[in-house]
Amino acid sequence: MSEIKNFLYLNRRAPYGTIYAWESLEVVLIGAAFDQKVSLLFADEGVYQLVKGQDTAGIQMKNFSATYRTLGDYGVRHMYVDRKSLEERGLTEADLVEVAWEDMESDDAVDNIVEVIDSAQAAEVLAGADVVFSF
Amino acid sequence: MSDLHTVNKSPLDKNALDSCLRLAAAGSAILLIEDGVYAAVKGTAVEGRIREAMGAHKVYALGPDLKARGMKDDRVIDGITLIDYAGFVDLVVSTDKVQAWL
Repeated sequence: MSEIKNFLYLNRRAPYGTIYAWESLEVVLIGAAFDQKVSLLFADEGVYQLVKGQDTAGIQMKNFSATYRTLGDYGVRHMYVDRKSLEERGLTEADLVEVAWEDMESDDAVDNIVEVIDSAQAAEVLAGADVVFSF
Repeated sequence: MSDLHTVNKSPLDKNALDSCLRLAAAGSAILLIEDGVYAAVKGTAVEGRIREAMGAHKVYALGPDLKARGMKDDRVIDGITLIDYAGFVDLVVSTDKVQAWL
């Protein structure tokens, strides 16, 4: 039970149109309580989840985009973004939220754990995971 | 009078927009809603298809859905008309019928 595994959450759905993005976030937050190594990979429509400046007042839905910025505090170490998916959607890294990470015990800190990676790197991330949760 | 076609799926995920553009009669209106609004954003892989469609159709996008997704007005392709929910209603009542591409 004490074995630490690499958990990867693969997010391939846009926010709001379906419930996948929100459900994934809920499971990430629950999973974060179990002291595993947690990474997220955003690909295809999933890259839209991280777009800055979301304002859902007009569609009367909960705006959960601010929660992504807190994931570093929940022990998420990596938020990878597939470059090809970004480019197909006319987006760049500058359009995405930034997520800081800090280790309270060791004072290690990373300014932004959101990292745009190419296909070969994404394949490595997927292959290197012990468990993949797909949303 | 003519029809109103609504598209609520992202063009990079599903082929709802492609089928709509292939089968909607010339002169009919197309309204992008929900995840369909991503088709209204500049710089995507499908921008050319939308620009081409604008030759035969009036294209609208629902502003509140763009705003929810973090897409500011200046990211929308020139010539697409942004409307709110009241404008959606106006479109519905001013056309013969509504066809949804789900």
